[in-house]
Amino acid sequence: MKSDHQAQASSDGPIVRLAGVNKHYGALHVLNDINLDVVKGEVVVILGPSGSGKSTLCRAINRLETIDDGTIAIDGKKLPEEGKALARLRADVGMVFQSFNLFAHKTILENVTLGPIKVKGMKKSEADKLAMQLLERVGVANQAAKLPAQLSGGQQQRVAIARALAMRPKVMLFDEPTSALDPEMINEVLDTMISLAREGMTMLVVTHEMGFARKAADRVIFMADGQIVEQAPPEEFFTNPKSARAKDFLGKLITNH
Amino acid sequence: MQGYLSLWDEYGARIMESFWTNLQLTFWAFIACAILGTILAIMRISPIPSLRAFGTAYVNIFRNTPLTIIMTFGVLVLFGVFQLQLSSDFNFNFFQIAIIGLTIYHAAFFCEAIRSGVNTVPLGQAEAARAIGLGFLPAARLVILPQAFRGAIVPMGNVLIALIKNTTVALAGSVAEISGLMKTMIEYRADLGVLIFLTVALMFVVIVVPIGMLVTWLSKKLAVAR
Repeated sequence: MKSDHQAQASSDGPIVRLAGVNKHYGALHVLNDINLDVVKGEVVVILGPSGSGKSTLCRAINRLETIDDGTIAIDGKKLPEEGKALARLRADVGMVFQSFNLFAHKTILENVTLGPIKVKGMKKSEADKLAMQLLERVGVANQAAKLPAQLSGGQQQRVAIARALAMRPKVMLFDEPTSALDPEMINEVLDTMISLAREGMTMLVVTHEMGFARKAADRVIFMADGQIVEQAPPEEFFTNPKSARAKDFLGKLITNH
Repeated sequence: MQGYLSLWDEYGARIMESFWTNLQLTFWAFIACAILGTILAIMRISPIPSLRAFGTAYVNIFRNTPLTIIMTFGVLVLFGVFQLQLSSDFNFNFFQIAIIGLTIYHAAFFCEAIRSGVNTVPLGQAEAARAIGLGFLPAARLVILPQAFRGAIVPMGNVLIALIKNTTVALAGSVAEISGLMKTMIEYRADLGVLIFLTVALMFVVIVVPIGMLVTWLSKKLAVAR
């Protein structure tokens, strides 16, 4: 995998670049002058209280949310507004959702092969082979013929990761991937994500899992009220947060655990 | 009883023939309204504002126009004024114009049935489809509509049932269908008026009740598990 997406990178610039991004929901300034670069192979974890804009930021990167101004570029290419060019760029950005969003009427195998076949024009036999490899890798190959509703949440989320990987994305976005899971299933998903990070995938992860941030992140970004308040390597952030907001946020977590 | 049997002797063949016309009208109009209705539904959920506006306008115009008026318009205006000749056969021409009228009217309802099906599909399905790089049409065709159809079996069945019964309005379009024949029979056999009504009504019941049961069964069998 690692060599694959190295070969695809078309420039030495950042894989994801956000410059001066703003978004409002009415009076709420949900993204306030966001500047962020994610370089190849980097794992960035976004933390912050709910309502801080972290999910919106994540979803804006493949334009599931529009922005009011600023620019977002994927591997040096500015995000197009609509149409085929946008669809092409989205194919390079893998997305994993909080609620899995597996195609409910398709089998696990079809969920993974749909993109390669319909978007990339891959032959079905080839796509099946690729999908089985990926399902093997996330540990659900034996469920390939089932429908999503027959799988546990943890299994569904691992299939969703395989579905995104099947497009051989340049970057993977995770929007609170474990927030809808029962506690005993969180680790199976996090382990999959950690191994992906170790293999060199570029990842941007919105999560509340501090353990994942410590283990796998290269950089932690702390957001509050639509702004990036603080960013640091995880050890530094967790042991020595600088801003009052971050100290407050981490303090609340500690008292809860 | 004797009288009723003699009615069948006299009109039996024409009764079956006329009712067969209703079923044929149903068959062709349902296929056509399903196609047109699906296209309209795609327009109504599309990201292009002008297509959405067209779809909305179509539905509002034809859903709110009485079918009898659409039928009469077909005959008096399309045929009468503009000399629309779909077929050199006089009767077959009216038959086709009636199919067009039924299609135009029921497509509005079919569109709304599909749209109610689309509402059963969570937004996340469309987002996931877009996230893997599918454009609007492929996402609609591969992800949204297959689930929407399965969530719209009951309202689509309602459109079909309404259509079956509404084929009797083709009478207003000069088609020799069952309600026209019923009128004729009552005129000539006034002694059997009630029985003639019941006979025709029963013929529709025999067709519609199994369809209703089939629809209920299909809606359960095809429901998308979430």
